[in-house]
Amino acid sequence: MNIALLLEMAADAASDRTALVCDGKRWTYAELLAAARGAYELIVDSGASHVALLDESSEASVIALFGAALAGVPYCPLNYRLADADLAGLLGRIAPALIVGDAARVARLVPDQGHVVYPRAEFTLAAQEAVASDGADYDTGEGVAIQLFTSGTTAAPKAAILRHSNLVSYILGTVEFASAEDSDAALVSVPPYHIAGIAALISSIYAQRRIVLLPAFAPDAWLKLVDAERATNAFVVPTMLSRIIHALDKGVHADIGSLRSIAYGGGKMPLELIHRALDLFPDTGFTNAYGLTETSSTVALLGPDEHRAAHGASDPKVRARLASVGKPLPTIELEIRGESGEVLPHGQPGEIYVRGDQVSGEYREKSALDAAGWFPTRDAGYLDEDGYLFLSGRADDVIVRGGENISPGEIEDVLLTHPAIADVAAVAIPSAEWGEAVGVAAVLRGGCDQPADDDLKELIRARLRSSRVPDRILFVPSLPYNEMGKLLRREVKLILAD
Amino acid sequence: MKPGSRLKSSACDTEVVVIRCGSGTIQCGGAAMSESGADAADLSPDFAGGSVMGKRYVDAAGTTELLCVKPGKGSLALDGTVLALKEAKPLPASD
Repeated sequence: MNIALLLEMAADAASDRTALVCDGKRWTYAELLAAARGAYELIVDSGASHVALLDESSEASVIALFGAALAGVPYCPLNYRLADADLAGLLGRIAPALIVGDAARVARLVPDQGHVVYPRAEFTLAAQEAVASDGADYDTGEGVAIQLFTSGTTAAPKAAILRHSNLVSYILGTVEFASAEDSDAALVSVPPYHIAGIAALISSIYAQRRIVLLPAFAPDAWLKLVDAERATNAFVVPTMLSRIIHALDKGVHADIGSLRSIAYGGGKMPLELIHRALDLFPDTGFTNAYGLTETSSTVALLGPDEHRAAHGASDPKVRARLASVGKPLPTIELEIRGESGEVLPHGQPGEIYVRGDQVSGEYREKSALDAAGWFPTRDAGYLDEDGYLFLSGRADDVIVRGGENISPGEIEDVLLTHPAIADVAAVAIPSAEWGEAVGVAAVLRGGCDQPADDDLKELIRARLRSSRVPDRILFVPSLPYNEMGKLLRREVKLILAD
Repeated sequence: MKPGSRLKSSACDTEVVVIRCGSGTIQCGGAAMSESGADAADLSPDFAGGSVMGKRYVDAAGTTELLCVKPGKGSLALDGTVLALKEAKPLPASD
């Protein structure tokens, strides 16, 4: 079943209802569907093998998504923040594409790859004006809906593919059709090339929840848009939440009393920050959503009631759950496995495996699913005795020192308890003696004196054990993060290798 | 008939998309559904409970699942047995 049918259903049931608000312009479901059908004509005429977006979010990204779906051509939103050489490489992998967005950049980088390029406004206009052909042969949705290049924090970007069937299972399993109230509005401010941004669009359309797009996140603009559109739901990554709270602290004025629900994900949420947010927004429900591109977004979540219970708990076990990503969705199977593939009991850390209809686990080159359909996420974690999932970093980030597996998270958590340390990353560094050893890059908290290496080593030795003690500690002005707030560990390794 | 097929009722306005299917005849309002919806049939009073837009319908064995994309007066059935409503498990708007 084609994901475009979800938009057709919304347009059938509520043609005149506002589907989307972007830059002050409002689109009804009927208008969006008509433009998507126009985009289908443009895409079919172009002969493109992919439809790419090289732009911020806008109505054009929504029209391109569903136009590509109708045409049966993968939609491939690209990270416009990539360096020229990296972007040129990705464009080469999807040629010839119909590209919506930065025409000048495409012409400069890859003039000879046969792409058809429309700047944003021209694409939207052309899609609105295209005349639907008689007997348009819309795709039945048996193939690939979306191709996303993974962010590549540990290696070169992989082309993850999501089939219509994966996305449709996710939506039908988790969203009730037309369940949103007239007043509901979801503020979407994550970049268009992030799975959470795409899932938010499709979920909201199926629920008939008005989508309010913020093309480029800035905390002041976000707060003003919540106020102006009376947004009821929002998804943020942790760095966005931190910047929103900072803006409120600075006195930015906005009435955000309409916000019933804030969901977050895409990176590790600092405990201090979520406690602060729960205090600042006492009437807002917080949801922590854990998922990957390869799983069509969310596979586990910690809901609003669980947040409040943990926030107010004196029982350390319940309080600790604020650092978990909650429980697997009812439609998902989840296991923690050891190195030889054995399923581990509660409490024991290992690699997270998931299975379910929404899980694609598939790359352009090959599927990562095992014979029984399980997807190895490469995320490390454990389940507590009540089934709450705790993440402990990427399996690839584990430091193997003399045959002993060390999770960077345990070292980072201890160092973060030191009052002079504002941020820290532990990574593997080469060691002649151990193969790998622990290297630490730390950021000094403003106004503090730099602690002696020996003091920090002693802190680790006392709290963990001697194998966790870093061989090298380097103080740096800041750690490298991508724009989604993900720590770029391979860059930390390079810094420490110097 | 396969997953993704769109079927029309011969007895009412109902249309469904096949999410998964096994063997057996998919019916609505007491008559077989088809891609054309031709061969107009009368709505059987035994199968007149109606279909609801956006709801999924499954058989007891879980082999056949339909999504109603246009509502109508007929009840959806497989080989004469009315299909049951399958509820989504709504998330607290996680994305």
